Amino acid sequence: MPPDPAAGAATREIVIEVLRYRSETDLKPLLQAFRVPFTDDMSVLQGLQYIKDHLDGSLSFRWSCRMAICGSCGMMIGAQPKLACMTFLRDYYPGPLTVEPLAHFPIERDLVVTVGGFVKKIESIYPYLIPKTQRSLDEGEYLQTPLQLARYETFSDCINCMLCYAACPQFGENPDFIGPGAMALLQRYNGDSRDGAQAMRMDLVHTDNGAWSCTAVGNCSEVCPKQVDPANAVNQNKTKSALDFFLRFLGRPLYWEHTASDGDKP
Amino acid sequence: MSRSRPYIRPVETLWWARSPYLAYTLREATGVAVLGYALVLLAGVVCLATGERAYDVWLDFLKSPWSLSLHVLFLIGMIAHTWTWFRILPKTMPRLVIGGRILPQIRITAGGVAVAAASFILIVFVAVWTQP
Repeated sequence: MPPDPAAGAATREIVIEVLRYRSETDLKPLLQAFRVPFTDDMSVLQGLQYIKDHLDGSLSFRWSCRMAICGSCGMMIGAQPKLACMTFLRDYYPGPLTVEPLAHFPIERDLVVTVGGFVKKIESIYPYLIPKTQRSLDEGEYLQTPLQLARYETFSDCINCMLCYAACPQFGENPDFIGPGAMALLQRYNGDSRDGAQAMRMDLVHTDNGAWSCTAVGNCSEVCPKQVDPANAVNQNKTKSALDFFLRFLGRPLYWEHTASDGDKP
Repeated sequence: MSRSRPYIRPVETLWWARSPYLAYTLREATGVAVLGYALVLLAGVVCLATGERAYDVWLDFLKSPWSLSLHVLFLIGMIAHTWTWFRILPKTMPRLVIGGRILPQIRITAGGVAVAAASFILIVFVAVWTQP
């Protein structure tokens, strides 16, 4: 069958219901419906941009790259945490489609949530390499094999979009839970063969608000747009935390992973 | 002064009863089937220690239709528990390296399920073989 040249350009209309909250006037958030014409190639983000440009300029939402790498446009789309730029209106036709700010976060305004708590968690995990042994510049770079890289690489793919937090019911119950995203970043450094600060970061893992707040729901990994697998980061740290607890009675080093031979030292 | 007045949405109390969390809730609930079957076995051991009459009472209970339907429920629960347990297993482990490559998580799950299935078949085989 020959392709229909008009199919991609055909304009349809969908109702988008956006949860509005204007802190200066609204006592609580309310849904507001907009009729948005769309083409097959239009993302939900483009739908929101249409509303802002043509229907209501006061609508607030975060966005930047529109290609799933900046992590700004995370929101609840049809009650699921998704990036608005990589979710398409055509998949929700005939609608209505509900768009709300990310679950479990305080709403600052409309679709904009408060991210301060998340940023503090990211800061708390020592998010940088702390080398095992300091080297001077003329000693050269810290080397790493491809296999040593593969052990933590996906955890370094996180774009801080916070979809995993919106997917995590335990974070909803306990906002102090360090959460999947920060724990993935923690594992990105703890799993790095060049790093030597595992014991410092394990102090955060051991606490009630660390790995042990997780009940392995696993939904964080399902919604992750970058296949970071934060559930793996959190839950392998439970095993490590438990081992640490028992090994301390045997007088073994508190953190054991990198004391074992990797067999592939550069 | 900041004019920020963030709105904190109330926590949904029944989150565990709706999609996508219902699958998780059911997975955790299958643990009750494991506990239930363990209690039945424990009762058998206690009856055995008490004496022959008590043990016969326990055996008669096992043959009752009530017990048989309970055991069908336990079996369904145990199979679901085994499957979901091995599905979550790779999430609880550091990345496994075999032959210089990271082992995909689905292979770890498949391996676990294969071992569980093989041991189940072996137990059934031995049970049938050793029947008087």
